[in-house]
Amino acid sequence: MIGMIFILTWCTVGMIRIIANLPKDDRKRFFLSLVNPKIMLKNIRDIFCDCLFHVKLWKRNRLLGYMHSSIAFGWFMLIVIGHIEVFFYAPHRAKLLYFPIFFRYFMAEDDSTMGGAFFFFLMDFFLLVVLSGIALAIVKRVHSRFFGMRRTTNPSFMDLVGLYSLWSIFPLRLFAEGFTADISGGSFLTESLNHVFHAFLGNHMNMLPTWWAYSLALGIFFCALPFTRYMHIPTEILLIPLRNAGVRIRHPRKGYAEAEVYACPSCGVCIDACPMGVMKTHIKDTTVYLNRQLRRHNETRIEEISDKCLLCGKCTAVCPVGVEGDRLRIAQRSARKYNISPDYSCIDTDILKKEASFRAPASGKVLYFAGCMTALTPQIRKSVESVLTRCGTDYEFMDRDGGICCGRPMLMAGRFDAAEEMIAKNTDIILGSGADTLLLSCPICYRIFRENYNLGKMRIVHHTEYFAELIGSGTIGMLHGSDRYVFHDPCELGRGCGIYDEPRAVLSAAGELVEAEKHHRESICCGGSLGSLTLGFGKRQAMTENALHNLTAASPDSIVTACPLCLSTFHRYADRPVMDIAEVVDRNMIPADSNDIDD
Amino acid sequence: MMNFGFKIAPSATINLDNVDMEKFTLLHEMEPDVYKCMACGSCSATCPAGRFTGMSVRKVILDLQRGREKEAVRMLKGCMLCGKCSMVCPRGINTRHLILSVCRIYNEDKQ
Ligand code: SF4
Ligand code: SF4
Ligand code: SF4
Ligand code: SF4
Repeated sequence: MIGMIFILTWCTVGMIRIIANLPKDDRKRFFLSLVNPKIMLKNIRDIFCDCLFHVKLWKRNRLLGYMHSSIAFGWFMLIVIGHIEVFFYAPHRAKLLYFPIFFRYFMAEDDSTMGGAFFFFLMDFFLLVVLSGIALAIVKRVHSRFFGMRRTTNPSFMDLVGLYSLWSIFPLRLFAEGFTADISGGSFLTESLNHVFHAFLGNHMNMLPTWWAYSLALGIFFCALPFTRYMHIPTEILLIPLRNAGVRIRHPRKGYAEAEVYACPSCGVCIDACPMGVMKTHIKDTTVYLNRQLRRHNETRIEEISDKCLLCGKCTAVCPVGVEGDRLRIAQRSARKYNISPDYSCIDTDILKKEASFRAPASGKVLYFAGCMTALTPQIRKSVESVLTRCGTDYEFMDRDGGICCGRPMLMAGRFDAAEEMIAKNTDIILGSGADTLLLSCPICYRIFRENYNLGKMRIVHHTEYFAELIGSGTIGMLHGSDRYVFHDPCELGRGCGIYDEPRAVLSAAGELVEAEKHHRESICCGGSLGSLTLGFGKRQAMTENALHNLTAASPDSIVTACPLCLSTFHRYADRPVMDIAEVVDRNMIPADSNDIDD
Repeated sequence: MMNFGFKIAPSATINLDNVDMEKFTLLHEMEPDVYKCMACGSCSATCPAGRFTGMSVRKVILDLQRGREKEAVRMLKGCMLCGKCSMVCPRGINTRHLILSVCRIYNEDKQ
């Protein structure tokens, strides 16, 4: 009872605090979304799918999904049916929150009526479901491999208190109901248990202690709840409507970020997913531990964890509740104070504008921005230029002699003002050129151009998309060879921008396409990412080797990627050729209009 | 005095005894690799900011070691954090972390 009151006040206060901490326009959006029937329907569906059935976990591993959903859904049904029961038998007490929980203690019913037996059966059935879930949870603690997880989270002390009280609630409930089954009615489970008890314990004196133990376990669980990972149960219900309302992280600690942190149930799915996990020393730097340290306000560790991450976004992609590990970290970085702030006012955009300008009418033309990283991998630049020339596209190079960085690396470091300054300068140059299409070779640039630039009607494409289109429309033909290619999805292109099919279409046209062990949304970061601020070269080798191992599972002849950074990172340790998709296109293309070929 | 149209270059002598190395020690604590730099200049050659602002990680490291904070800070303000320098550094120095650490330890106002 005390537990109940405590948890209800705590949740209400917490919810008000999170909503109050949202920026004004976000708050408005949230309240508006609550009255919008379409979003409301989506909210309800998502709450059911995610909180009760854990659909995403089912997709990952059936046993894991069953474990989570049996506890959540089973418990939910126990509560619902418990309420219905009370409603039937003691309507005058239905308003008391605790009554259904201890219904069997207060009431002396029998299953003489059909309805009674039916409810008792349901109650027992769901109790069995929950119990099986808890048994699985206990197995998982010891043998997480059965559940498709190599590692599971290391619980903190409070988590253990919560864990054990949760585990003990249901067996105790079973015993308690078993003792009283002959007085207040029961079904296959509790009745038979009752007979067992009667065999050696003749009287009902034992029922009091078990009911006490049950209510004690329940009370401890609810009192401990705000300080444990089980806080995710109420928080997730708040997080889902917030997310559906389009609210995003704006502040490193308050509002949506706080909701995400508390919605994390420490399921540990992100531990295996994280590419840093190949080194034991980094396991405590995965998102689940970031969330824990954020709850504890341990500033030193928060800084360490936030700076080390590669921002590959994989934890976000696999997280069943939708915690955005990468954005959460960028937000933490943005709170940092620097004494020296960049100032690009001395960069003269006029020179760059002149370099990027077209002769005669610029409409319908392509502006090619290779990006900083591509400057270090000239083969990409050369191939793209060669393809463009051979199919007669009128293009202009925006940064032949080096230009201004797109700003994404600065943004990843959390220095938004400096990034904005670069964005403004680049926008000025690009719009000044008058071209309609901006062609990019680097997924890092591509992502920030799509997310943070406002280029009006201009089309922003990555060369994979552009080439896929050229092939699709028949502008260029491809020589189908016998080479086996595997495609590595660069983090920023795949998870960042959702481009998965285009590169595969291009490669299928050029040869045989095989898949890596983990691909698409689950592709493994090459380890070279600019996202990490503190990882030095030496510490990245194991990650790159692990990523290569994953890619070569189907023994392809060559590894193909679409990012200059992945290319140079893989080059260092790969045992077979690594190419950019532009090189493949350049090598295998047959221009439709063969007059254009000069060799 | 005769006007030759040019002057003798001002003295570039630095008295290391007058240089306060406290901050550099702190920097070394945050990014120990700073001592690994062999001043090869690869970072400067590849830096896209160098074209516009004269940024050079090599010079920044040297300047800080010699107590010429002002020059270092002026250059650092032009860095775009693109990471090219860390890609090419033959010593494998995490130059981006180095740059960010300098930005935290040193001040731009009190020069
Ligand atoms: S962040 Fe997501 S995946 Fe990781 S433990 Fe929390 S809920 Fe699970
Ligand atoms: S973004 Fe990538 S590197 Fe960072 S914690 Fe998530 S999975 Fe690990
Ligand atoms: S590339 Fe590395 S070793 Fe060479 S000067 Fe720059 S920081 Fe020093
Ligand atoms: S990170 Fe800064 S110093 Fe290094 S290459 Fe880029 S702009 Fe130059």
